[in-house]
Amino acid sequence: MEQPNLSYIHSMSGGDEAFEKQLISIIKAEFPEEKSVYFKNMAEKNNKLSADNVHKLKHKISILGLEKSYDVAVAFENNLIEGSTELQEEFEMILQTMTNFLEQL
Amino acid sequence: MNCIIIDDEATARAIIGQLCANVDSLNVLEAFPNAMQAIKYLNQNEVDLVFLDIHMPDFTGFDFIETIKNPPKTILTTSDPNFAIQAFEYDCIVDYLVKPITPERFQKAILKAEAATVTTSEAEEPSVEKVEGSSGNDLYVNIDRRLIKIDIPSIYLVEAKGDYILVKTEEKNYTVHSTLKKIEEKLPDDLFLKVHRSYIINVDKIIDIEDNSVLIKKDVIPVSRSNRPELMKRLNLL
Repeated sequence: MEQPNLSYIHSMSGGDEAFEKQLISIIKAEFPEEKSVYFKNMAEKNNKLSADNVHKLKHKISILGLEKSYDVAVAFENNLIEGSTELQEEFEMILQTMTNFLEQL
Repeated sequence: MNCIIIDDEATARAIIGQLCANVDSLNVLEAFPNAMQAIKYLNQNEVDLVFLDIHMPDFTGFDFIETIKNPPKTILTTSDPNFAIQAFEYDCIVDYLVKPITPERFQKAILKAEAATVTTSEAEEPSVEKVEGSSGNDLYVNIDRRLIKIDIPSIYLVEAKGDYILVKTEEKNYTVHSTLKKIEEKLPDDLFLKVHRSYIINVDKIIDIEDNSVLIKKDVIPVSRSNRPELMKRLNLL
């Protein structure tokens, strides 16, 4: 399983460690909220809103350097738009990997 | 360039803010989590550049552009590369950044925005300073060596902007090298009123008045305390 990293955050911060800490804290606060809305909409079988949630989560997937996972998220978002939940399990595993990573920071 | 950031994601606002902080020529005035707040802000503040997310709930980035009468130069920021063709149908859009935005790509976008700003301001700069008056319902303004006729009743707002005035009409806006005092002399007193040192309004175009401001079209205009009695006198109050 692909593992998250902080390469992008280091590359865009311009070496500003205070900003890196601040950004990680924003992600740690925002990610659980986005995840929770996604799970709620999936439970309610609202594929359109779930697709919107996946769309927003994609950005954090890419920020954490998960390139292959990003492709899975793109495909899953398209599936949801078309009314299919194929790739749900893979996508939710990515969310779990990100959760574990963020908890360690 | 004074800029604002519009993105419903706090992480994206923080990243764009940091990328801006690393560019000397950029000054971030505000960051907004939705387009509606930004529209209110733009009604009262001058902005050179907008970083705009497309995919936002309720009101998308494209809705935002279509709502603003004269949208500032705009750099779209999105996780979706599929809107690129649609994006360039709008004249205000100078670049399209796909998230996650790298510093190198961001720099390129700023160079494009700066180039677009120079071109626009050169094109709009009038060659003669004087606003010419005329008889009847027309006013001629000199822009780029052309005398352009403006139908006076169609003017709903004139705003002072340094050495220029911005004349807003139903059809179009005109930036003219002149002063508020000069154009005030050319406009009929029964229709126009100076409500603030920087604004003359067409009283017929008022939508509503609230405390110390009037709403004209989509513009919220401040009314100075000293000008308020004259404005109230001009209204047909029940």
